[in-house]
Amino acid sequence: MAGQLKEVRNRIKSVQSTQQITKAMKMVSAAKLRRAQDAILQMRPYANKLQELLSNIISSGEGEVGMKLAAERPIENVLLIVITSDRGLAGAFNANLIKAAKSVINEKYSAQYSKGKVTIWNMGKKGYEHFTKNKYHTIADHKDIFLNLTFENVQVASKAAMKAYEEKQFDVVEIVYSEFKNAATQRFKVERFLPIPRVEKKGNVQADFIFEPDRAELVAELMPKILNTQLYKAVLDSNASEHGARMTAMDKASENANELLRSLRISYNRARQAAITTELTEIVSGAAALQEG
Amino acid sequence: MNLIILTPEKKLYSGEVYGVQLPGISGSFEVLDRHAPLVSALQSGRLKVLKDKQNHLAHYDIQSGFVEVLNNNVTVLVEGAKVVE
Repeated sequence: MAGQLKEVRNRIKSVQSTQQITKAMKMVSAAKLRRAQDAILQMRPYANKLQELLSNIISSGEGEVGMKLAAERPIENVLLIVITSDRGLAGAFNANLIKAAKSVINEKYSAQYSKGKVTIWNMGKKGYEHFTKNKYHTIADHKDIFLNLTFENVQVASKAAMKAYEEKQFDVVEIVYSEFKNAATQRFKVERFLPIPRVEKKGNVQADFIFEPDRAELVAELMPKILNTQLYKAVLDSNASEHGARMTAMDKASENANELLRSLRISYNRARQAAITTELTEIVSGAAALQEG
Repeated sequence: MNLIILTPEKKLYSGEVYGVQLPGISGSFEVLDRHAPLVSALQSGRLKVLKDKQNHLAHYDIQSGFVEVLNNNVTVLVEGAKVVE
């Protein structure tokens, strides 16, 4: 009886210390999430203004503006930029991203994949580990981007992708990432990075702008900047989603630990009371035996 | 006129100024009050903010980017900028 009591007590202790860890991780994720959301908010004015500038330039004046990075080619080589996280314990976050990437490969680019012409470029260690283990063709150049997440580092990555596209190593580049909606929901998205989708002209031109240099050159300058921002946004979104997913997962874990503790405490108390009852019966019956004798 | 300097990481400057000197892609130039609408590419270099007529200045080292002047609002979009002390 005493042995069983001790066993339950030990289990309660171990569940309690696990719960402490999950609670702490939840708090840390919440703080990191706030910072990640902040970064998204900070970059939004810049990104919006950049888009506005592009549509202003394209809409004012006649004639198409040719773009080197918008040239559609027959698709032979595919590059997928898959943005996962560096750490686990974030619920199904990484698994879902990997699943999203695989479904793109199987549905959209199965012909290229069967010829071995789909390359996966991983940002984040988890995705890299998975795809190398499963013998996909991977590039590891920027897998450590989350160690030091700055615009400058993302810029380097995005420039490398543009260069590879221009040199025709790849004919299409897509980003697989998780869009941040709120802490509890992530939306897994596949977004075209290159070639750039065409920008439509808008009728209302705000003003008669002076362009310096001319429109075509401005657009050529603007395009890479917009792509840098697009990739940066995807990385920031994925980062915020990761922390959100981890926070929710850890919250659930703490809740489950509570549930488990409750039922363990009940069985502990039941065992304790049973032990007391048997002890009492033993004493009482012992005394009764003495009196009789 | 109103000046805003934006980078992907933060809003660096926002406020009323007298003028601003920018490193344009084909040479440095200055934008003063009521400038005509303009879009220009910038190369990396030194950006000088003239806060008022009394020569109160602020300097920034900027990477390449763009400037848009519209309705007396000047918006500078650069990929990175540092304040020069």
